[in-house]
Amino acid sequence: MKIVAVCGMGIGTSVLLKMNTEKVLRSLGVDADVEAADIGVARGMARDAQIVLTSEEFVPEIGEIDAEVIVINNFFDLDEITEKLKIALD
Amino acid sequence: MPEAAETSNALDAALSESSISVAASAPDWRGAVTLAGDALVAGGVTTAAYTAEMIAAIDELGPYVVIAPGLALAHSRPSPAVLRAGLSWISLTEPVPFGHPSNDPVSLVIGLAAPDHDGHLEVMSALAGVLSDDAALARLKAASSPADLKTLLSQLSA
Repeated sequence: MKIVAVCGMGIGTSVLLKMNTEKVLRSLGVDADVEAADIGVARGMARDAQIVLTSEEFVPEIGEIDAEVIVINNFFDLDEITEKLKIALD
Repeated sequence: MPEAAETSNALDAALSESSISVAASAPDWRGAVTLAGDALVAGGVTTAAYTAEMIAAIDELGPYVVIAPGLALAHSRPSPAVLRAGLSWISLTEPVPFGHPSNDPVSLVIGLAAPDHDGHLEVMSALAGVLSDDAALARLKAASSPADLKTLLSQLSA
């Protein structure tokens, strides 16, 4: 499974989101490939992804894609990421 | 533990005392990001051009840098204005709104600069570890001096 974490520049928030998502996936025992992307390349990278994680601001820019888009409000809240990923994975 | 020591060193090297300002005040988000940019310049991490780039990024893309309640990770993309990977730390006495729907107002602005997409991952990992702990974050926000903050950071990430 492929998951893409999207932010504006691809160096800060998406990297944090990728790291925390990997932590959550490990604790859930789910095997997935998580990549960080900036908004410029997000659509292309999401083409073969199942899940896209991002902040609310970027949802309109990501637009209609096949992957499920999940909005994360607090990038440090592992409980929020866990809860939202669980719903998407079910 | 070797891993913890490396993490602690990564944060220690990325954030120098001259890049820390505690109990700072800013009139608005632009002022707060400017303080974070000035602090990066003071630590020899970036040139002043990077400060303008961070503000332009928020103007262009919105307040997405406010990634947790009360916390903004101000940054732009790798550019010639970045001299090395590094952080700055501005804790504000009076929080300022960035226009974020759920995480406003902001009382801590962390400035981040990276010369490329990979060289700062260890720092980010260390930062993520410290900042995802609410109790640790509350102690860090209450630090009374740059030296105090550095000591706390190394204790918390060790």
